[in-house]
Amino acid sequence: MINKQQKEPQPQTIEGTLSTWEVVIGMEVHAQIKSDSKLFSESSTVFGNEPNTNVSLVDAAMPGMLPVLNNFCVEQAIKTGLGLKAKINLFSQFDRKNYFYPDLPQGYQISQLYHPLVGEGEVMVQMEEGSVRKVGIERIHIEQDAGKSIHDMDPNLSFIDLNRTGVGLMEIVSRPDIRSADEATAYLRKLRQILQYLGTCDGNMQEGSLRADVNVSVCHKGSYENYSQTKDFSYLGTRCEIKNMNSMRFIQQAIDFEARRQVALLEDGNQVIQETRLYDVDSGKTKSMRSKEEAHDYRYFPCPDLPALKINQELVNSIQEKLPELPDEKKTRFIEDFGITEYDAEVLTMDKGSADFFEKVLINGHEKLTANWIINELFGRLNKEGLNIGNSPISAAHLKEILSHLIKSEISSKMAKELFELVWTTKRSPSELIKEHSMKQVTDQGHIEKLVDEIINENPHQVERVASNPKILGWFVGQVMKASDGKANPKVTNELVAKKLGINL
Amino acid sequence: MSKLENLTISKARDLLSRGEVSAVALTEHYLAKIESSQKLNAFCLTTAELALEKAKHCDKLIKSADKGKLCGIPLAVKDIFCTKSLPTQAASKILEGFIPPYESTVTSKLWAENAILLGKLNMDEFAMGSSNETSIYGPTINPWQVASEMQPLSPGGSSGGSAAAVAADLCLASLGTDTGGSIRQPAAFNGVVGIKPTYGRCSRWGIIAFASSLDQAGPITKTVRDSAILLEIISGHDKKDSTSVANKVPNFEAALDGDMRGKKIGIPAEYRIDGTPPEIIKLWETGIELLRDSGAEIVDISLPHTKYSLPTYYVLAPAEASSNLARYDGVKYGYRATLKKGEGINELYEKTRSEGFGDEVKRRIMVGTYVLSAGFYEAYYQKALKVRSLIKKDFENVFSMGVNAILTPTTPSPAFPLGSKEDKSPVEMYLNDVFTVPANLAGLPAISIPTGTTDNGLPLGLQIIGPAWKESEVLNIAFRLEQDSGFKFKPDQWWTN
Repeated sequence: MINKQQKEPQPQTIEGTLSTWEVVIGMEVHAQIKSDSKLFSESSTVFGNEPNTNVSLVDAAMPGMLPVLNNFCVEQAIKTGLGLKAKINLFSQFDRKNYFYPDLPQGYQISQLYHPLVGEGEVMVQMEEGSVRKVGIERIHIEQDAGKSIHDMDPNLSFIDLNRTGVGLMEIVSRPDIRSADEATAYLRKLRQILQYLGTCDGNMQEGSLRADVNVSVCHKGSYENYSQTKDFSYLGTRCEIKNMNSMRFIQQAIDFEARRQVALLEDGNQVIQETRLYDVDSGKTKSMRSKEEAHDYRYFPCPDLPALKINQELVNSIQEKLPELPDEKKTRFIEDFGITEYDAEVLTMDKGSADFFEKVLINGHEKLTANWIINELFGRLNKEGLNIGNSPISAAHLKEILSHLIKSEISSKMAKELFELVWTTKRSPSELIKEHSMKQVTDQGHIEKLVDEIINENPHQVERVASNPKILGWFVGQVMKASDGKANPKVTNELVAKKLGINL
Repeated sequence: MSKLENLTISKARDLLSRGEVSAVALTEHYLAKIESSQKLNAFCLTTAELALEKAKHCDKLIKSADKGKLCGIPLAVKDIFCTKSLPTQAASKILEGFIPPYESTVTSKLWAENAILLGKLNMDEFAMGSSNETSIYGPTINPWQVASEMQPLSPGGSSGGSAAAVAADLCLASLGTDTGGSIRQPAAFNGVVGIKPTYGRCSRWGIIAFASSLDQAGPITKTVRDSAILLEIISGHDKKDSTSVANKVPNFEAALDGDMRGKKIGIPAEYRIDGTPPEIIKLWETGIELLRDSGAEIVDISLPHTKYSLPTYYVLAPAEASSNLARYDGVKYGYRATLKKGEGINELYEKTRSEGFGDEVKRRIMVGTYVLSAGFYEAYYQKALKVRSLIKKDFENVFSMGVNAILTPTTPSPAFPLGSKEDKSPVEMYLNDVFTVPANLAGLPAISIPTGTTDNGLPLGLQIIGPAWKESEVLNIAFRLEQDSGFKFKPDQWWTN
């Protein structure tokens, strides 16, 4: 549970010979806005189409073409801002960021430098042992994505795919509040979780829907506190920006490498040079891409093709009202209302699909059982098959049916697991399968009593031994179960056997 | 003289609907005139076959109720308008071979009313110029000349071809675009009418951009009535242009009653600049007298920031242009430089743009790049934006005091000889825009109408600037001046083969 009183995690430190160094990280996350069409054109945003098929005249920057803002993308960004508890700026503006590259047909990217749509917000990141890192969000602005240059298809030619050109992105800029590689990935996971809950970004890192530029610096132990008090960035050391990361593992590795590289430089009496770096997956090292001197002068200026973006407070209010329950709130509710453990609540709210599934299956008074079945049986099985909750062969309704039978003792736990398997493979109704496979558990006292009596009568020798060895009781239960083809309710059987043999359980 | 000579849209409309002339005959007449007027170099493309085809279609429609407001009217448009399946180059080498698969919104509106396209008109490259001399096609020559000198004169720019073609009667009317005076200055130099509407009145979609916050399309015509007719048709909100405004388009033609009673006309002190030729001062004074005589009240006004207009314009327009023209990179369409072995993308950019753009365009790209650069942005671009808002405020103050429109000269000189500014500083050329630029910066409607000539017979124009969305007012005042000034439209036809 997120609790504001919880302690902050310890920053990642690197012991040098001269000093103990602390790691400081700020991230710029580019999240693709979930929308059917692009930010300024009507082209599709579907991933994986044939190259250059999702391209309009506007995307290709044909002469005389003009951008028209997709209002849905704006609403998605507002929703994201609200989900990150951020201030929505009712006045914002689009600016052009000018640079030449073949996959940027206009020769400029339309972005928001001077007046972003979303202001300050925050993300609470749960770390180990109950500690929580609060990561401040500085701003979120919306901008166009660039296309894709392909350099490895021909020895002499480069190819351009404009399908991604103009797709809407949200750039979510954090403050340098992240203090370790673990926190960086935990932050990104949390951000992704929130975006997915909101439905504003699919969070698919392989497809590039979520990418991060990671700013890393190191500072002396104690220096960060000076920054906290003064907001003077010089206390944080010189930062390097590692561009375009789209894997959690590589982000972690890149930060670890980069922090160590900087410490080594500083310990040797050298300076860290502010620059843009790329992480090389093969060598596990970051490499200089361009220094500050070589940095582009983007010549930002207000885009004259687009009027200022003015938002109505009513629109913000209506989006706020319709905001879905977010992971932290949901987790708290699961713990408080359903009495499940914090761990179970955490696992069940990891993604919205699982949480929704859980709530659909949920049987009043049996919340823990429901949670156990989903986490142990369902998730275990899904993981094994490489599936996820979205394409689970067992529907929430079917699982609920299985658990209802179990709760009513109509089937045993063992049967329930067998039934689970049957439903998994056939996708048929559990009730039908129970009938078809004669799985109904026998709870009829009279019938079980008859069987118990028969077994006792047929085995006087065993009856004699019970008095000295109560474990023999289990043998009787086993015989009854066998005689009933496993359908006798084990609990009822156990009780009857004990009663008949005069043993106190 | 043939009844087809010196027709206006309104007269041709009547002839066509009464069946006194066919659209085909009218189109053939203009095609022949274009053919025999090649010396003027006004057209960079003639679309004879398409024009005749459309004319035949119009002749079939002419009696039907939904024939369209311009059925059978032959027009021509500046090469800056993208015309579907027809070469469109904005008179630049960098768009060599470019054929747009789409039609600009304003030209589609003309064709939807069944106007006929005769061809594309010459202009300054990317509309950057005031003399038509920066065109890849070479300059258009002004049909007006000083009889005794026979020296080729500039038609002005950038819509020089559009104004010259109308003045030489090579089409009934044309479309131009105006970023800093590019409709009004050539209109004045050629003795024709040209109006730049309120910014946002017409869609910019499909018009090759020069400076997006200033560009507006508008008609160049022989009469004010024709401007009213065309402007109404090309106006209106376009969802494809977010800067076009959803205001109702009035019936401009119907508003032409010439009634000046109760109108307050402002005469700005700041437009009396040193070095303005006495002929132009006289023209202005005559205009003032004519309006006073027709019942208007003449008031002295002040637009104190006028003197900053040119420097403001020559920061903002190049800044926007430097970004707007970044797309011409040799990658997607138009001209692409030939590379040597081993040369890559940077050489492709450098060579394509060095070879594809002319000097004036390069100069403005460099100025624009400079004023947007880190360290200069605040001093130039941002400051210019602030001054722009002051200039806008000047006009708002005057209009809020009840002034209906402002009367000024259109240009500080008559048409000048081609080549006469070649050896001079580019600023000499920029000074041509001194009276026209403020209306662009303020986004206001402004018209130029010919009301007189110099002593040696060159046309001169007066400009009327109105409040935003008051094109009706501007047109009506121009209409009255047109009637009262008695300007005779007619250059001598020295150019025919």
